[in-house]
Amino acid sequence: MDLSFSKEELAFRDEVRAFFKDNVPAALRQKLMEGRHPTKQEMVDWWRVLNKKGWGAPHWPKQYGGTGWSTVQDYIFNEELQMAPAPAPLAFGVSMVGPVIYTFGNDEQKKRFLPRIANVDDWWCQGFSEPGSGSDLASLKTKAEKRGDNYIINGQKTWTTLAQHADWIFCLCRTDPTAKKQSGISFILVDMTSKGITVRPIQTIDGSSEVNEVFFDDVEVPLENLVGEENKGWDYAKFLLGNERTGIARVGVSKERIKRIKELAAKVEAGGKPVIEDQKFREKLAMVEIELKALELTQLRVVANEGKHGKGKPDPASSVLKIKGSEIQQATTELLMSVIGPFAAPYDVHGDDGSNEAMDWTAQIAPAYFNTRKVSIYGGSNEIQRNIITKAVLGL
Amino acid sequence: MDFDLSEEQRLLKDSVEGLLKTSYDFDARKKYQAEKGGWSKGVWSKLAEQGLLGLPFSEDDGGFGAGSIETMIVMEALGKALVVEPYLPTVVLGGGFLRHGGSAEQKAAHLPGLIDGSKTFAFAQLEKASRYDLGDISTTAKKTATGYVIDGEKFVVLNGESADTLVVTARTAGGQRDRNGIGVFLVPANAKGVAIKGYPTQDGLHAADISFTGVEVGADAAIGDPENALPLIERVVDDARAALCAEAVGAMDESLKSTVEYLKTRTQFGVPIGSFQVLQHRAADMFVALEQARSMAMFATMASDFDDAEARANAVAAAKVQVGQSLKFVGEQSIQLHGGVGMTMEYKIGHYFKRLTMIEATFGDSDFHLRRVSAAGGLI
Repeated sequence: MDLSFSKEELAFRDEVRAFFKDNVPAALRQKLMEGRHPTKQEMVDWWRVLNKKGWGAPHWPKQYGGTGWSTVQDYIFNEELQMAPAPAPLAFGVSMVGPVIYTFGNDEQKKRFLPRIANVDDWWCQGFSEPGSGSDLASLKTKAEKRGDNYIINGQKTWTTLAQHADWIFCLCRTDPTAKKQSGISFILVDMTSKGITVRPIQTIDGSSEVNEVFFDDVEVPLENLVGEENKGWDYAKFLLGNERTGIARVGVSKERIKRIKELAAKVEAGGKPVIEDQKFREKLAMVEIELKALELTQLRVVANEGKHGKGKPDPASSVLKIKGSEIQQATTELLMSVIGPFAAPYDVHGDDGSNEAMDWTAQIAPAYFNTRKVSIYGGSNEIQRNIITKAVLGL
Repeated sequence: MDFDLSEEQRLLKDSVEGLLKTSYDFDARKKYQAEKGGWSKGVWSKLAEQGLLGLPFSEDDGGFGAGSIETMIVMEALGKALVVEPYLPTVVLGGGFLRHGGSAEQKAAHLPGLIDGSKTFAFAQLEKASRYDLGDISTTAKKTATGYVIDGEKFVVLNGESADTLVVTARTAGGQRDRNGIGVFLVPANAKGVAIKGYPTQDGLHAADISFTGVEVGADAAIGDPENALPLIERVVDDARAALCAEAVGAMDESLKSTVEYLKTRTQFGVPIGSFQVLQHRAADMFVALEQARSMAMFATMASDFDDAEARANAVAAAKVQVGQSLKFVGEQSIQLHGGVGMTMEYKIGHYFKRLTMIEATFGDSDFHLRRVSAAGGLI
C-alpha cells in the first residue's frame, strides 16, 4: 500500500499541469474561476486545442483515438483540468455517447461519429429524462415507430443540458410498447437539424438556461442510427450511467473553489478583520477540506480498484463519490455565500447563449449556489445512489 | 499509487483475524474482562506467539521491522473483535516511546519483555487540567544528584492497573503550559511513592488514576531529552491517534455489518425491516461515513511516516476529525437501527458504540482536532 503517486505518475502530472498552464486561454480560465458560463465558441476552441494534443477523448481505447492511459492517469488528468480550471471534454459526447458507440455500435457508426466527437465537430446532448420519467427513467414514453427505412419519433425529452448548442442528441425511445418497462427501449442517434424537433429553453433558479425541453413531432430518423440491437437500449443506458459515476466526485473543482474561498475570505472584512480570521468560519471551511481529502482518497481507492478489474466495470462504492462529491460541491458554494454576505444580492443578466459577462463577478456567487443544488439531483439523485448502495453493497 | 496490501501484509491480516475469530467472540470477551486487571493473559500470550507484540520493532531489537501499515492492520482487527487487551498502551505507546526516543540500554532493558508478552506498559499523561493539550503538565520531575524525583497526579491511564512500567510525562522546568521543560520518564509501577487506583472504563477496558509522591528514578529513566521531549510525545501520540483511527474503522465496519444483518432478520409488519427505504438509506449513509473514515485512517497511517512534523500532525488531526464524525454517526445509528435490543448490555452492538465513543474522547476529540486543522490553514 502506498498512497502517494509514483515517480512516473508525478512526471505525468507535471506534464499535464504544464500543458494546461500554457494552453488554457486566460479569459476562459478567469470566467470559470468566477463561476461564469463560457460561450460555445470558447469551449469548442479549447476542446480542439486538447484534441490537437491527442487528449480530446483521453480515456477512450487507443484504437478509437484515446490515449491508453491507466485509471490513475485518467484521474490525474481530470483533477488537473478541474484545478486549472478548464472545461472538461464535453461529457455528453466523450464520456457518454462515445463509449456506447465504440462498445455497442457498428463499424460504420464508429467511423462516422467517433473522430467528430473527439474534435467536437458534433456537439452532443442527452435525451434520457422526460417530464414523467426522472428517477424512474425506464417509464419513458417517447416512441420510435418503424416506417420504411425510418423511425418516426414522437414525444418529449427534458433537462437536456446545452441542447441549444447541440448538433446531435442520443435518445432512449420506446420501440416495443408491448414489452415490460426496461425491455422495449432502444438507443437512437438523432440529428438535431431534423424536421419536427423544437428546443425550448428552461430557465433555472440561477437565471441561466443551461437546460432545455426537446420536443419530437413526427421526426424521421434513418434506421441506421439505431445503436446496437433494437430493444436493448436499457442495457446501453445502464452502461453509460455507470461510466459517469467515478468522474462525478469533481474533487478538482472543489479544491479550486476552496482556494478561491480562501482568497476571497482574506479580502472581505467583517467586524474589522478579514472573514478568514473568524474562528467559526475557519472551522466550517476546515471541515469541508477534511471531507474533501477523505473523498479524494476514497475516489483514488475506487480508481485503483477499477484499474485492477478493468475500465468500464463500475464499483458500486462509486455511489459514495456521487453523494459526498455533490454534498461537498454544495458546501463550497455555501461557504462562498457566507463570505460575501449581503453583497450576494445584486442580480446579473444572462445572454441568449447562456453566457453572463455583464457584472462584477461577486454577482456570480449566489447563482453558483443556486445552480449547484442540481448536483445532488442529476446523474442519479443522491437518493437513487443510496438505493444502489443498499442493493449492490449492503445486499438489503 | 497502490491501495493493495502486500502478500506479507495479507498474511498478517488473515492470521490476526483468524486468531480473533477462533478465540474472541462476544462471550469469550466477557470471560477475558472478568480476569484480573480486566484482560486475558492467555490471549496476550497468543498475540505474543504470533509475533504481534514485536511487529513494529527493528529486527536488531528482537522485533519484525514492520511499519505503520502493519499496525493499522492489527488495530483494525482488534477494533472488529472489540479486544480489551492492552495493545495500544503497550505496543503503540510504551513501545513507541522506546522505538522513537529510547536509548540502546533502555531498549535492551524493556523491549524483550514487551515483545515476549511478559511485561505491559501504560502511558501516564492526562492531568486534571490538561484535557487534550499534551504540553499542559503540572507533574514535576526535579533533578537530583542521581536522577529525578517525580511528584504529581495522572488520570485515566489505560492499563494503569496492570502495567509493569509507566511512561510518565513530567515537567523538568518552566510553567504548566510551557512547550519546553518537558520530559518523559520510565517508572516501574511498583516504585516507592506510586499509588495506583484502578477501575473499569465505560467501554469495558481498565484504567487507573495514579499519584506520584516523591518517586525517585535514576537519570537513565528519561527517554530522549528531559528538557525538550514534547516533539517526541507528539510523535508517539500521533501514532496512537492513527492506531485509534484504524481501531475505530474496525469497530465501525463490524457495527455496520451487524446492523445490516439485523435489518435482514428482524421482522415487523410481516416483513424484514430492511425492506423499509428509510432504514435502507440510513444504512447507506453509514456505509458512506465508514468509507470516508477508512480513507482517512489510511491517510493517518501514511502520515506517520512523513518527515515534516507539522504536515504529519495536520494529517493525523484531519483523520481524527473525520473518524470522529463518522464514528458518532455509525455508532448512534447502529443503536437506533437495532432498536430496543441495541440498548441492552447483553447484546454486542452497544459495546461497539461505547468503545467508539471513548475513542472519540481519547487524545483529542473532533472539536479539538478541527481547531488544530483550521489553525494550520486547512489541507489545501
